Amino acid sequence: MVKYIIKRLLISIVILLGVSIIIYTMVRLMPNDYVDNKFSSQLSQGTIDMEDIQHFKELYGIGDNSFLGILSGYFQWLGNLLKGDLGISFKYQKPVGEVISQNMWISFAIAIVATILQFLIAIPLGISSATHQYSVRDYAVTVFTMIGISLPTYFFAAIVIKIFAVDLGILPPSGLIYPTKSYAENFVGQMERFGDILVHLIMPIFVSVILSIGALMRYTRTNTLEVLGADYIRTARAKGLSEHKVIYKHAFRNTLIPLATLLAGILPSLFGGMMITEEVFAIDGIGRLAYQALREGDVPFVMGYNMFLAILTVIGTLLSDIMYAVVDPRVKLGK
Amino acid sequence: MMKEHEIEERSKEAAALGAEADLEETAALPEVAERANEDVPAAVAAAEEGAEEETYKEMSPFRLVLRRFFRSKLSIVGLVMIVFLFLFAFLGPVVYPKWGEETVDRTAVENVFNYTYDYFDDNNAEITVIEELTINDDKNAYADPSADHLLGTDDHGMDVFVRLMYGGRISLMIGFIVVILQTIIGIILGGLAGYFGGWVDQIIMRIVDIFNCIPTLPILLIASAMIDSWGLQADERIYVLMVIITIFSWSGVARMVRGQILSLREQEYITATEVMGLPTWRKIFKHLIPNVMPQLIVSMTLGLGSVILYESTLSYLGLGVQLPKAAWGTMIATANDPVVLNYHINMWLPAGIMIVIAVLGFNFVGDGLRDAMDPKARK
Repeated sequence: MVKYIIKRLLISIVILLGVSIIIYTMVRLMPNDYVDNKFSSQLSQGTIDMEDIQHFKELYGIGDNSFLGILSGYFQWLGNLLKGDLGISFKYQKPVGEVISQNMWISFAIAIVATILQFLIAIPLGISSATHQYSVRDYAVTVFTMIGISLPTYFFAAIVIKIFAVDLGILPPSGLIYPTKSYAENFVGQMERFGDILVHLIMPIFVSVILSIGALMRYTRTNTLEVLGADYIRTARAKGLSEHKVIYKHAFRNTLIPLATLLAGILPSLFGGMMITEEVFAIDGIGRLAYQALREGDVPFVMGYNMFLAILTVIGTLLSDIMYAVVDPRVKLGK
Repeated sequence: MMKEHEIEERSKEAAALGAEADLEETAALPEVAERANEDVPAAVAAAEEGAEEETYKEMSPFRLVLRRFFRSKLSIVGLVMIVFLFLFAFLGPVVYPKWGEETVDRTAVENVFNYTYDYFDDNNAEITVIEELTINDDKNAYADPSADHLLGTDDHGMDVFVRLMYGGRISLMIGFIVVILQTIIGIILGGLAGYFGGWVDQIIMRIVDIFNCIPTLPILLIASAMIDSWGLQADERIYVLMVIITIFSWSGVARMVRGQILSLREQEYITATEVMGLPTWRKIFKHLIPNVMPQLIVSMTLGLGSVILYESTLSYLGLGVQLPKAAWGTMIATANDPVVLNYHINMWLPAGIMIVIAVLGFNFVGDGLRDAMDPKARK
């Protein structure tokens, strides 16, 4: 087991190197150059000239866009990474690691609540539609959850904003706090602020739960159907157990096995933020920051963010493979 | 022999007609047998055979799959949705050629706005000022739905309904081409990795892992921003877009094909091909790949939905299909303007509904196919 994990970790390093090379090259080839954008107004006013801009680009380390320039830029980035330095974000003027760790938590809060709700809703739905296969309930649950999967995030968000924020006016459309409101610097003020943040998070959480329920529900349904067809379920029924006991004592636990592996695989979505949802609701989570950094050609931040996601994916895959062996003793790891 | 052939042919026809034909076919069988009786001189033998035909039906695996597929109501609903979508997108503009994709309605419109101001002067007398503002627009933009424009016009004065059809063309085209491309890449690389194993497998699978770990949406955004600098025409850009989405989405297919081939390789019939001394390419393409096809078809159908979602997301963010080309994503993006969001629902809601219909349709069909093609399925 230990040997297997070490081997997997070594392979992961190779994978991450490959990922970073691809992303770095592509980010450097993006046309929206941060320095060009930043100084374009000064350039048109004539306060600085092209030479100065080139000089700034050198300072930012993005001056040379030839093959060799990108190559040396990459190795510079990699060298700093090995020293634990992700560089300083152009746009946010702070170390990338700091920006990520500061803004990660609001995304994490949304994701963790959404994930818990998603599991609480999807698993019972999946089981009940499996035990009532081909019934009206099964079809209704399937259709509604599938519509959830098929909705584009930004479209559903627009509808939700239109209904709840504009037409009914009961929820704030965007942001985390009311921009015009000031909060007292005492406990009451902080609690008020916290309450406002909660109110602002209702819609984003609602949207992400509705959009992600479908996949988990289908997964639970398929698994439950498979388990219900197993021999030991027939045995349990033959013993004369009540249907309730058969399903919740014998079948339910076994449907949880594949779900446990799924749990480990959601790591990236827990910490990685949701670009579109955060952008639409104007929540300054890590996803929105990354989207804006990307739009402005902030090379260090985009690199840092994407590598962060890639590392989470690698760890998530590894964890779910290990979980698979832990919950199901028949599975042997390694070759 | 002849007769068997005929029956098979019949059943294929029936299969093509779908569930309804199912009933007809049972009725048709004796008729076939009878006709065979007339043809064959040895009538007794044929009559015996005919009697046998009546007691059991021979069904090809393909027919069995279709039968199971059409048993699920959701598959039928999905199929109807997709057929509707195809007719709407590809036949629609032919039937309804009133407006083109990029035609701007040049009817000059005069918008009159009335503003009323009430205020009190120094003597406390109420003064009401009505300001009448006339704005002349050389194009008929932001029109409400009418007989002229079934779903109104957008901010550029282009017909929303017609653009929905053209947007559908683009979405479906991108969806199909990307899925076909990624399946081809997936079959080749996954097939090689699964069949040869060893270092070939190691290298290919590490590449697959790399592409699997790259976060899809951010990399698609980066890639689309990158092609911005190439200065492409709107329609050239669509092709580049297809290539980009393919590059970052083939890894799943390759992984699946490899897994399937790994398990198929161990089965006896492959040992048999070994014994028969068949060449490698024949073993791969004639004996292994066809057995992966069921899973491939399912993953292609489900993949279509996700490709359409990715394409529309990119378009929504302004990095996909560019104006003046129509795309559902860009149509929804108009809702970023609060005025459009609240007062011109006709501009963005239909496009979203079209996306839902497309993705939902492909998901239903894919789900139905998966259930139908599962060899473990009972009944």
